[in-house]
Amino acid sequence: MSQFAGLSDISISEDIPVEGDISVPVGSQNPDDDFSTLDEPVKDTILRDLRAVGQKFVHVLYPKKSSALLKDWDLWGPLLLCVTLALMLQGGSADSGEDGRPQFAEVFVIIWFGSVIITLNSKLLGGTISFFQSLCVLGYCILPLTVAMIVCRIVLLGALSSVSFVVRLIVVTASFSWSTFASTAFLADSQPANRKALVVYPVFLFYFVIGWMILTFSPSP
Amino acid sequence: MSASQGSTNTNTEPWGSFDDNIIQGSGSAVIDMENMDDTSGSSFEDMGEIHQRMKEEEEVTAEAAATEEDNGEYGEFLGMKGLKGQLGRQVADEVWQAGKRQASKAFNLYANIDILRPYFDVEPNQVRNRLVESLIPVRMINFPQKVAGELYGPMMLVFTMVAILLHGMKTSGTVIREGTLMGTAIGTCFGYWLGVSSFIYFLAYLCNAQITMLQMLSLLGYGLFSHCMVLFITYNVHFHSLFYILWLVIGGLSTLRMVAVLISRTVGQTPRLILCGTLAALHMLFLLYLHFAYHKMVEGILDTLEGPNIPPIQRVARDVPVVANAVVNATIKSIAAVVQSQ
Repeated sequence: MSQFAGLSDISISEDIPVEGDISVPVGSQNPDDDFSTLDEPVKDTILRDLRAVGQKFVHVLYPKKSSALLKDWDLWGPLLLCVTLALMLQGGSADSGEDGRPQFAEVFVIIWFGSVIITLNSKLLGGTISFFQSLCVLGYCILPLTVAMIVCRIVLLGALSSVSFVVRLIVVTASFSWSTFASTAFLADSQPANRKALVVYPVFLFYFVIGWMILTFSPSP
Repeated sequence: MSASQGSTNTNTEPWGSFDDNIIQGSGSAVIDMENMDDTSGSSFEDMGEIHQRMKEEEEVTAEAAATEEDNGEYGEFLGMKGLKGQLGRQVADEVWQAGKRQASKAFNLYANIDILRPYFDVEPNQVRNRLVESLIPVRMINFPQKVAGELYGPMMLVFTMVAILLHGMKTSGTVIREGTLMGTAIGTCFGYWLGVSSFIYFLAYLCNAQITMLQMLSLLGYGLFSHCMVLFITYNVHFHSLFYILWLVIGGLSTLRMVAVLISRTVGQTPRLILCGTLAALHMLFLLYLHFAYHKMVEGILDTLEGPNIPPIQRVARDVPVVANAVVNATIKSIAAVVQSQ
């Protein structure tokens, strides 16, 4: 019976009396149950998430050295911004003859694949930030460009003249530099000091491409 | 791995068997090869496995310590019910841990981006120096030239070229039927970099050139710097003659550098000719293709606005002198107008 010797430590010792209160405590046996959010009303969940997203928007617009974007990252904000930008870049005319403007899938793929590549690049260069944190930061920093897109569309409601082009150019340039600056404020901290330029350049290129897509957008006649 | 202990004399042969006499003392560094399962201790997979095993041991001991306390509590508090719950929980835990171990083992082995980490280990001034050097042909071709094996610079250059191509395609009003603008740009640039690198590497293999795939990727990637510069200038400033001059000078310098590096690493006239001729042709023709495929028709527009005598532009080389003259005339007229208005 030596092969059952290993099971002997699972048995209960004889000292413990098998009597008493057999009331199994209901509720948190393991600490995860404390954070279970399945029982709250949907409105609470949505409002809480929206509030978190809104707070991160504020952090992007005023980029201070805070860790809110990094500590509890979420991808709702980037998704929202990406979908808004892609929808606004559609322009309404769905025929394939006017192929000058990007398709929805194109914008979506550019933003997400671009973010993934920049994240991989910063990790390969020795960054300490995690994959999803970096995606979160890059996605949230598209906010200034989305605002610029809205402004451009409003400007384009007027005449399509060189004045409007100059205005749009200024707005897009300002927002694209704001995006780059905001994201480097979060991303560059995680890099060794002399490699910051190597990480900043792809971010610059990424937001430049998005900014250029916004600038060259012209509505259908 | 056991070391032979002591100096017991198991002498069975008349000439003295060769195991225990030589090995003396405990704590010797001899590894008994009978008990080792792996055939080599330093290959990549084995290192990964050893790492994984060490991590697992840590995890297992940490968890054993943690679950000891929990199990102790439950066993005491809940009696018999605790036993069943405990067993079930342990089994479920074991299954989960085993699955997680397998998955993370496979992931660490194959999806590990640390494989690429050494190729991205560069400083900004190194990248800048290599960019500038890519336009300077080397003189010494009798001695194999050093080629940096890094992938950061080439990748950034390819992405920059994608951005420049997008700009060129957009402003030329290119209509892409089957596919998207972005997909075409990315496909063209990456296809050129990876495809031509592989092809030239294959030729180098045939011609016995001393170059690795990584070095070839790096060399061709840095050669795209000239393409980026020329395209950036000529997509915005539209003189045909300017493009041809830049094509020859900058494209030529970059090609000469790549060719010189390859020549320095090949022996024999014919292999050198084949390899370098192919590379030169592909590199220069790619720049030509990129310019003319996505060419902005601004000259035609300018001409039709300025004068009725000038024939419409055609996208062939024969009309270059006419176009160049027309554009130069238009520019001079506009400059004269500006000067007069001041």
